[in-house]
Amino acid sequence: MTKRRVEPILWLLFSAGGVLAAVFLPVLVVLFGLAFPLGWVTPPSHDHLHAVLGHPLTALFLFGLFALCLAHWAHRFRYTLYDGLQLKGSKGLITVLCYGGAVLGSVVSAVVLATVV
Amino acid sequence: MADSIRLQVSRYRPEEGSAPTLQEYDVPLRKEWSVLDGLNYVKDHLDSTLSYRWSCRMGICGSCGMSVNGTPELTCGTFLADLAPGPVRVEPMRNFPVVRDLVVDIGDFMDKLPRVKPWIIRDDEPEPDGEYLQTPEELDEYKQFSMCINCMLCYSACPVYGLDPDFIGPAAIALAERYDLDSRDRGARERLDVLIEHEGVWGCTFVGECTTVCPKHVDPAGAIQRYKLKAAKESVKAFLLPRGAR
Amino acid sequence: MSETEVQPRAYRRPVSTWWWLEKRSYFVFAMRELSSVFVAWFVVFLLMLTYAVGRGDDQYQSFLDWAATPWVVVLNLVTLVFVVLHMVTWFNLTPQATVVRLRGQRVPAWAIIASQYVGLAVVSAFVIWLVTR
Ligand code: SF4
Ligand code: FES
Repeated sequence: MTKRRVEPILWLLFSAGGVLAAVFLPVLVVLFGLAFPLGWVTPPSHDHLHAVLGHPLTALFLFGLFALCLAHWAHRFRYTLYDGLQLKGSKGLITVLCYGGAVLGSVVSAVVLATVV
Repeated sequence: MADSIRLQVSRYRPEEGSAPTLQEYDVPLRKEWSVLDGLNYVKDHLDSTLSYRWSCRMGICGSCGMSVNGTPELTCGTFLADLAPGPVRVEPMRNFPVVRDLVVDIGDFMDKLPRVKPWIIRDDEPEPDGEYLQTPEELDEYKQFSMCINCMLCYSACPVYGLDPDFIGPAAIALAERYDLDSRDRGARERLDVLIEHEGVWGCTFVGECTTVCPKHVDPAGAIQRYKLKAAKESVKAFLLPRGAR
Repeated sequence: MSETEVQPRAYRRPVSTWWWLEKRSYFVFAMRELSSVFVAWFVVFLLMLTYAVGRGDDQYQSFLDWAATPWVVVLNLVTLVFVVLHMVTWFNLTPQATVVRLRGQRVPAWAIIASQYVGLAVVSAFVIWLVTR
């Protein structure tokens, strides 16, 4: 019987987030980060965007996207901190800050997304 | 082509207790000479006190690994002409304790290899009359991972191993995969129990340098990621299925 | 360590904090890992957008204005660079990490990479269609 361990689960979340970030973020950054604010493309009207975001399916999907991307960040950034900067001494603190941050961010995402649905 | 090239060779004499220093030697630059040939020239003609390991001179024994201009290489397969005009910095492989000059302590690696049970494990079924049969396709499954010559270049290239020597490391995991993929073997579960530990596959951040430096195209980095996936699948099963039902 | 004791005076080379600057490949690796910070930033950015949209048209317009201020634009440009780095490295490493089989045949690496780009194109087209419709 395989021992129950968290590492494999965290790694799965990290990987899922990595795939979603690779596939969805480039177009979102181009559209919402650059094209709409800079007026390269006329931004969607408020009504339209509200309708899109307010659709339960969109909201559910975005929640998954946000939560997994944050899990992806937490996992990678944790390693970056303690391999890159060799902060092994504060391993516990880093772990709490990274994964804790991701959990907190997911809760905030749920709350914010609930305001538009 | 110039007729000589300068080697900057790391010297460490444990009895003196000070950090390694670089010593320079000029050796002939010949088209067919490898870095190892250069070192042999130094040993034979210039300075017989130089210590280093080598044996086969043909990329098979895996004993001549060193850091050449900062990159882990088999010195018998790295040619001076490709490094001209030099100088060529020859240092012991990184990430291992240096015993003397270019000789490193391989004890840690030798202790790690048997931990992944690199032998064919069978269930209790009766022995076959002759040999275990295997098709060419089944051989192809694991062949790549069986090409390892234990040169440890991958450990020397791996920053994770450098930072955390408890990490079981690339070649050992590739070797585990070699037996897991062997159609005659039944030991995958036992190996997974070793590799699913924190010092197993989880320290790896997929830097990928082990695969880049491997002289035998073993692709340890790929083996490690596949192990992560395997371990993750098993863990999900363990979470979802009730105890013992697996 | 068991029988093979390390020599008492074996030399251990210390690992520098800046080890990831020592080689190009280590540096690319470090940047790849750093991309996660920008992934997280953009999640925050999208959350702020969502929040603004939820609070009405005025808030949405002022969010767009804020997003057009120079430092936000620069930050998002850098984000784009890192997100693309993440995408390319992620796609390239996938065939090494997984073995995909179709009818018993191992799918070659190039086909796995190419199919991910097809996926990217389909998703991007769908997102563009959805928001600009
Ligand atoms: S996996 Fe490659 S680099 Fe590592 S010990 Fe084996 S042959 Fe050498
Ligand atoms: S001397 Fe045997 S591998 Fe180089």
